[in-house]
Amino acid sequence: MSRVEILIGGVGGQGVVLSGILLGTGATLFGGKKAVQTQSYSSELRGGSARAEVIISEEPVSDPQVRRPDILILLAEDALPKYIGRVRPRGLVVIDSDLVKGIQPGEYEILSVPATSIADKEMGNTVVANLIILGALIKRTGLLPVEAMEKAIEMSVPKKAIALNLNAFRRGLQLS
Amino acid sequence: MNEKRVLTGRYFMMGNVACAEGAIAAGCEFTAGYPITPATEIANRLAERLPQVGGGFFQMEDEISAIAAVIGASWAGRKAMTVTSGPGISLMLENIGFAVGVETPCVIVNVQRGAPTTGMPTVGVQGDMVQARRGSHGDYEIIALCPSSPQEMFDHTVIAFNYAETYRTPVFILSDAFVGHMREEVIIPEPEKIRTVYRKIPESGTDPQKIRGFLDEDVAPMPIFGKGFKAHVTSSCHDEYGKRNLIDISALDKFIRKLSNKILKHKEEITIVERDYEGAEIVLVSYGAVARAAATAASQARKEGIPVGTLRLITVWPFPGEEIEKMARKAKQVIVLENNLGQIYPYIKAEAAHFAEVSFLPPRLVGEIQDPEDILRKIREVSK
Repeated sequence: MSRVEILIGGVGGQGVVLSGILLGTGATLFGGKKAVQTQSYSSELRGGSARAEVIISEEPVSDPQVRRPDILILLAEDALPKYIGRVRPRGLVVIDSDLVKGIQPGEYEILSVPATSIADKEMGNTVVANLIILGALIKRTGLLPVEAMEKAIEMSVPKKAIALNLNAFRRGLQLS
Repeated sequence: MNEKRVLTGRYFMMGNVACAEGAIAAGCEFTAGYPITPATEIANRLAERLPQVGGGFFQMEDEISAIAAVIGASWAGRKAMTVTSGPGISLMLENIGFAVGVETPCVIVNVQRGAPTTGMPTVGVQGDMVQARRGSHGDYEIIALCPSSPQEMFDHTVIAFNYAETYRTPVFILSDAFVGHMREEVIIPEPEKIRTVYRKIPESGTDPQKIRGFLDEDVAPMPIFGKGFKAHVTSSCHDEYGKRNLIDISALDKFIRKLSNKILKHKEEITIVERDYEGAEIVLVSYGAVARAAATAASQARKEGIPVGTLRLITVWPFPGEEIEKMARKAKQVIVLENNLGQIYPYIKAEAAHFAEVSFLPPRLVGEIQDPEDILRKIREVSK
């Protein structure tokens, strides 16, 4: 596929935008591809709704807006009704199954990841649930090389949090 | 003070950050502003980076003082910039007129957001397009650039400084929340590959009485403060020496015309457009991020055998009417696309309607750039 559209929906504080940045950085700087990442959030920093959009392509991205996501990542129940109708037929919906309960089967594949409970039990920090999701996504789709994502993580998160984030990402790679 | 001014390299960078880096690369030393979503990242980056290279960012008590500080810094000989969004521009308008009237080089970045009034801060809309041109009172010309990507947030900011210094005038960057918050590949070139311009100033030792520091259509040298030029800088109608004249209508006429002509005389060298309409019967005219959706739709239409081209305005002001006419003479249909309800459309229509059918396609939702599918539908409709 020459153009892949990804939409990530959740609430502020879950690392929605960071997830988008990691995919875009991995693709652009380390994956030999082109990417555009855009975002929108309400004014509350934490708890308000947050959305990140990423387009990854073999060629320079012309239209920079996600229209019909090939991949929809849902990190909060609230995001489900907002975005589920936009998924491209036969697209992939990735959910944090600890937080998103109401998903119905549809013309899409579902990748269900209990990311928050794994992050809590195994990492002692629910804040890296998004990295577990990204690991599972990369494992399932091969969207980007694992090394490209790992370099993106090393570059984008604070130094003292690199190990935690890499562990969570690698844990995600074992799922799916 | 030991960091590099130009961070040469390849990045996955946010548009707003690229704008700040563009300003620093262009030689900006002074910035003042009042934080506002969605422009805050520019201020943050400048506040962090400018002190590293010997400059400064000043958080002022409001936008009125921010633009005033920028004008003062420019008269003190510094390249200066302010960053804000629509509500901030509304507060700055009086002093923007002052900057135009006394010929002050400065860059004003407007990362446009959902409006009117405080509106919706994180949503990008091209809602202040005409405000930049007509917001302050009186007849004047302005220069405005419309970036469509983070790379252009860098490139256009450099150009904006060069235009401001060359023509001794405020220059707008009309970005929006969508482009300002967009991340994409940004390549920052080697410092020696970035062209930077500094304003003309009178030769030192020139007799202060003999300095014609104002109202030259070919841009008067700027008698900046601190060099012994003793310039009189007044917002009142003045002559080329800066001397007030509040009685002769001919002085007012000269004041208005010389200022406007200073921009209009150089319109051809200021104007930047992207033309891709060779052989096209239908031409999509747009600017900013919308132009990227238009290019997608045009390329799809050509695959379907419909001869569609694009014209993208990079400088929206001074309005490139000649470019519109040149395009319209060859086209049958002109479709104008903006992320608003049609702000530049009347200007385009005025130039194009004599030669072609002109129509406007708004976005389905203002705040979301046109879907290429919707543009294609419109193309098919007008091509029948």
